[in-house]
Amino acid sequence: MVKSSVSEEPLAVEVAGVSKTFNPGRPSEVQALKDFELSITPGEFVSIIGPSGCGKSTLLRLLAGLMRPTDGMVRINGKSALQARLNLEYGIVFQSPGLLSWRTVSKNVELPLEIMGWSKARRRARSAEMLELVELSGFAKHFPQQLSGGMQQRVAIARALSFEPSLLLMDEPFGALDEITREFMQNALLTIWREFSMTVVFVTHSIPEAVFLSTSVSVLSARPARIVKNLSTDLAGRSPSIRDDEEFFRRVAEVRKVLRG
Amino acid sequence: MADKGGFRRLRLARSSRPPAAPTAPPEKVGLRRLSRALVFAAFLVLLALLYTGYKAFGQAVDDAQRDWWFVGSFMPRSDDHNMPPVLDILREFGESPREGIHTNGRIILAGALFTLRESAVGFAAGVVLGLLLAVVLLQSRQAEQGIMPYVITSQIVPLVAIAPIVVIWGRTNFDFLPWEWQDWMSVSIISAYLTFFPVTMNALRGMQSPSLDTVELMASFGASRMQLLRRLQFPASVPYLFPTLRIAAAASVVGAIDGEISAGVRGGLGRLILDFAGKYVTGPERLYASIIGAASIGLLAVGVVVLAERVTLKVKGQASW
Repeated sequence: MVKSSVSEEPLAVEVAGVSKTFNPGRPSEVQALKDFELSITPGEFVSIIGPSGCGKSTLLRLLAGLMRPTDGMVRINGKSALQARLNLEYGIVFQSPGLLSWRTVSKNVELPLEIMGWSKARRRARSAEMLELVELSGFAKHFPQQLSGGMQQRVAIARALSFEPSLLLMDEPFGALDEITREFMQNALLTIWREFSMTVVFVTHSIPEAVFLSTSVSVLSARPARIVKNLSTDLAGRSPSIRDDEEFFRRVAEVRKVLRG
Repeated sequence: MADKGGFRRLRLARSSRPPAAPTAPPEKVGLRRLSRALVFAAFLVLLALLYTGYKAFGQAVDDAQRDWWFVGSFMPRSDDHNMPPVLDILREFGESPREGIHTNGRIILAGALFTLRESAVGFAAGVVLGLLLAVVLLQSRQAEQGIMPYVITSQIVPLVAIAPIVVIWGRTNFDFLPWEWQDWMSVSIISAYLTFFPVTMNALRGMQSPSLDTVELMASFGASRMQLLRRLQFPASVPYLFPTLRIAAAASVVGAIDGEISAGVRGGLGRLILDFAGKYVTGPERLYASIIGAASIGLLAVGVVVLAERVTLKVKGQASW
């Protein structure tokens, strides 16, 4: 894109010629990705969508430096994925909130800060700030089990953002939520994305979700995954009401068509 | 509506707070404790009654002083020798084996305290060892696959064989230590040998209980192995650990008594039980009395662990309900 070449800012995400094969050479060998290419400029909100089991989650784990590619290169903000992970350059949210049941909500948000060695006072202050952002201030002293699924996921988002990463990786974060909660969470995520002016990579199964949230949608093929098409879905003045617009439905239909092949 | 509306509406929809924890007022807690003690005492009495009742049936005779038809056919015959009366057993605590020396009660108490010290040290050592071993096994699948068979085998090897070795080693080879090695310390090692096993097995299960997502999350925060252990794996093992520590406490007492008997170490309940068993013909009540002593220190050990558990949970702000 033009932006990166002008400012010479490194790409937020750069994936070049990446392949990932599980159990190579065995009968259970599975090739999840092959010669995969993906570039995301800073500030974009990119959704990854594709048939189930196509390697979306594998892709996200490669970006997160939680897995090494069999072949190829993954760079986050111009650094290796592993280095980016150790630098805490990204926050990650999975489908399950993954909150620690023995820690209060506030202490869960503080977890990454503790690992980074922040002082207690600073941690407290940041945690309070983040809980305000996700509108859970009144629940700081609650334990996760006392919260609804949607609230737990908001805590997970607060935790992922607590150290202000420039990149947010999300693996079907709203997949386990009911439709109503899901829409609220999507609105909230957009607000946060704008406030933090960060990059988001969002893996999802839901076409409307992808279209509503993203500046662009990457449609993946079945295994081994490659990008079939990048669709720009940057709907002007994105607000909850666009869900009812003609334009929105047109884009959803467009993505669906590409997905069907 | 503005974008932020999502959260605001969500909060309205879910504003009802979860119900407060059901904490009882202190006077009720006291009552509950009292009633628990009463229930325990009642069952003790019930047990004594059952024992006495069974014994009465087992030696029932008819008017002609012949055994009832079911004695010896449906149930073994009982008599004062194989089932001494409860009161005789209790009275035995006040008797002296010979004129001019301590009562059996004092002797059993002294032995019980001796054994309790062995098992306390054995328990502490066993728990520390068990946890350390669990941490080692946690580090890699190879470590777990390679070491686990030996951990299990360790519990199959008969204690009777190991105990004398440990005691002899203690007497002959531990003179490099800055303190004087005594036999009871060897028994503590044997006690620790029985204690560590359940701790290792269950601590490992607990430490392996966090989901892959949570482990990956910790990795995404750049957590080191030590941080992973301290902030995720160890806390996750705590709920598994407490029930295990009760088992381990009982095992440490069993280990101490068995160790004393197997290695012939004097001064504790094990030796006493062995002595009383040898003199069973002349005084079966004494053996029964020493069994009560052994059961009591076992209960005491488990009780201490339960108490520690309560305190820990209270400090952590989570009640045991």
